[in-house]
Amino acid sequence: MPAVTETIETVQSVAEGGYKWGFETDIEMEFAPKGLNEDIVRFISKKKNEPGWLLEWRLKAFAIWQKMEEPDWAAVNYPRIDYQDAYYYAAPVQKAKPKSLDEVDPELLKTYAKLGIPLKEQAILAGVEGAGESPSDAAEGGRMPIAIDAVFDSVSVATTFKDRLEKEGIIFCAISEAVQNHPELVRQYLGSVVPQADNFFAALNCAVFTDGSFVYIPKGVKCPMELSTYFRINAKSTGQFERTLIIADEGSTVSYLEGCTAPMRDENQLHAAVVELVALDDASIKYSTVQNWYPGDAEGKGGIYNFVTKRAACRGKRSKVSWTQVETGSAITWKYPSCILQGDDSVGEFYSVAITNNRQQADTGTKMFHIGKNTRSTIISKGISAGFGQNTYRGLVRIGAKATGARNFTQCDSLLIGDQCGAHTVPYIENRCISAKVEHEATTSRIAEDQLFYCRQRGLSEEEAVGLIVNGFCREVLKELPMEFAVEAQKLLQISLEGSVG
Amino acid sequence: MNAMTSNAEAFLRRAEALATPAWVGALRRQGVEALARSGLPNRRVEAYRYTDLTPVARAEFGAAPKALARPELPAQRGRARMVFVDGVLRADLSTLPPRPLSDAAPLLGTVENSATAPVAALNAALAEDGMFLDIPAGENAGLIELVSIVTEGAGPIAFHPRHVVRLGEGASVTILETCEGPDGVGYLHNPVFEVVVAEGATCAHTRIQREGQGAYFLSSIHARIAAGGTYDNFTLNAGAKLARNEIHSALEGPKAACHMNGAQLVGQGQLADTTTFLHHAAPDCASRQTYKSVLTGNGRGVFQGKILVAQVAQRTDGYQMNQALLLSEDAEMDAKPQLEIYADDVKCSHGATIGALDENQLFYLRSRGIPEKAARAMLVQAFLTEAVDGVADETCRAALDEAVMGWWQGVAA
Repeated sequence: MPAVTETIETVQSVAEGGYKWGFETDIEMEFAPKGLNEDIVRFISKKKNEPGWLLEWRLKAFAIWQKMEEPDWAAVNYPRIDYQDAYYYAAPVQKAKPKSLDEVDPELLKTYAKLGIPLKEQAILAGVEGAGESPSDAAEGGRMPIAIDAVFDSVSVATTFKDRLEKEGIIFCAISEAVQNHPELVRQYLGSVVPQADNFFAALNCAVFTDGSFVYIPKGVKCPMELSTYFRINAKSTGQFERTLIIADEGSTVSYLEGCTAPMRDENQLHAAVVELVALDDASIKYSTVQNWYPGDAEGKGGIYNFVTKRAACRGKRSKVSWTQVETGSAITWKYPSCILQGDDSVGEFYSVAITNNRQQADTGTKMFHIGKNTRSTIISKGISAGFGQNTYRGLVRIGAKATGARNFTQCDSLLIGDQCGAHTVPYIENRCISAKVEHEATTSRIAEDQLFYCRQRGLSEEEAVGLIVNGFCREVLKELPMEFAVEAQKLLQISLEGSVG
Repeated sequence: MNAMTSNAEAFLRRAEALATPAWVGALRRQGVEALARSGLPNRRVEAYRYTDLTPVARAEFGAAPKALARPELPAQRGRARMVFVDGVLRADLSTLPPRPLSDAAPLLGTVENSATAPVAALNAALAEDGMFLDIPAGENAGLIELVSIVTEGAGPIAFHPRHVVRLGEGASVTILETCEGPDGVGYLHNPVFEVVVAEGATCAHTRIQREGQGAYFLSSIHARIAAGGTYDNFTLNAGAKLARNEIHSALEGPKAACHMNGAQLVGQGQLADTTTFLHHAAPDCASRQTYKSVLTGNGRGVFQGKILVAQVAQRTDGYQMNQALLLSEDAEMDAKPQLEIYADDVKCSHGATIGALDENQLFYLRSRGIPEKAARAMLVQAFLTEAVDGVADETCRAALDEAVMGWWQGVAA
């Protein structure tokens, strides 16, 4: 579809306006008592029927967390978080498996419908017996099927296409399920990329994580469909602490998508996730995120604090990890998806679009650790600030003494819309290897008058013109996204910038 | 005051023992307080992430020798010069009639950060002397030399000169500053400049830092530039075991300009750190920065450059480039360019590259019959020329070329 038509459509949908995922589902929930202490950690572990080693692991993390200080180096401001004033476990009440959609809690169905999940998948997500298992379900309307794991507050409610994936030997399930069914894999890899003591929010996550996705792709397997996790914070006063672990064994390939939304509330909610990726020899992982947590209202009231640790270990030779993120939501984003390039000839990529409008603040970027020989990394970051938004790129490229032939290219561009916002760039570049080559460039500018004029004289309104230009600005990143996500991301960019011009 | 917990205790004790005339009192107080608070920072402090100053805190410095040395001075290059020997201002060797620093009292410590940032605070606490260059409105003062020489017999002294340069409206001056000393002596040179550039005035400041190989060089330059004024700085950093060059410039009036260029030549056992902070505080200002580092042996180079564009500073044009050439396996370069922008109608960019000599370029030269050694020399020189070319004054440029050649011959030998 030509970009212009797309943009006009998008702008029309903007007119309807605002954050359309801001509803709240009234569903019967089960909560752990408010607050955080060892008992809560034990409660979560017991609820999940976890083995002793995992409880020990959680308690150790909790002990470490208690001794840690909340970091304050990021360019973000927020009132002190009271970690005792939140629920650390909230789950929709489990009932017997429904026989058909009619028996499913209509509220849950409504939620999925509002989120734009097709009915077939709704049935599967709601756990209807037999749904998603016949071949016809797999390719609805000729589009590529996507396997989805939906996480509702603290628990994974359902995973689709499980059987189909199992035939290939692929494990795609909730991490709590993996703990029960594949403890050896979980034990081997959990915390091996992001250890308990890594940072304040990661330690908190280690102690109280409730669910998330687990993916294992066996040797030589190319995952036949996109895997996707859908995160939703629904309950009030909850924090979401999901944990995702993806292991790509030798020679395997997987593409994984992550989407997130939350209801509109005037309180701030914490989301402290940890994502660990492990790529062995010749494996390739593509991890795409469209983050659309509730950003708060125009005055900066409410919204999600998105304090996330994401890291990939390219352990194998010629392994590759590619992070693509479109960050439009959250009141505050604190997120640095990173790559540890251990294997010789391994490749790390980071493509990012971050938008801050109104009172949003984003401090995001990446870290590339070049350890192996001939490791390569590419960083493309596009920051857009509007309204009173503050947008910071913070990144590190470190080339170790033994990383001969390593290569990095970094480009950070910032676009400012309006004179009350800010755009900041804080790259760290450390090179200890003579044969390595590191390049970094950064620019900051606003939308040029001549660009706007050109679009306006062809009949586009100012908002349409800005949309078109912003999409062009982000093109290098958006083209890295899988098809369905790219379209959604484009629309999100528009909505996020609503009201920022004129 | 928690002087006892500060690692700068020895310095603080020395400050206490100094005679404190009224004109320097306020500055010293500010310096002592700041130093007691921050000490000499280690790498856990973000601004010193790559450069640890605790070796300076741990080093022992002696008192300056009583007898005045009479070192041999190089030929005078400028219209006039001011000479410091072993940290002492020598009227007998200077051709510029000295003005007492006490005349600059109202200016002392008034230029952004010049009393409180750790390197400047150390100076504020201990400064006793310095050059006061006061150029009246409309006057072109020509080339003024500022020479600092540490003599063989001085031993591990520490000296903290505070230089004040004030330019009246439309005035101009070119300053050529040279710093030299003997190798193998752990002395400390801690100069601070406060530069006030009035409307339409121009100050061009070239520094050639060739302190001895065992020396510590902690410098901080603070400039305030009014509407239409210009401050140009070029720093050639070749000497000292540990050198930290901070330059803080504030563009305070419309159409002010600041150029900060430099080259770091870093060899075995050396650490050279250039840290710039450029504050665009008014609209329509322009700034340019080009820094080049060449690293040999196990030399470590650091570049940190921050451009802050305030909300009022619309139509800012800011550019920063920082390039490093690694010539040995053991060299290391760390860079942290940084943009912090609060205005929307701006054009700001920075670039950074770190790498070895380009094999293709080497091949090109060698295929034309140029021996490898000479080819390498040519490429390194070409790399540095780009930065040096920005220096307008020919005398300064010649001095820089000479210093670069001298260094390269030392490395190649």
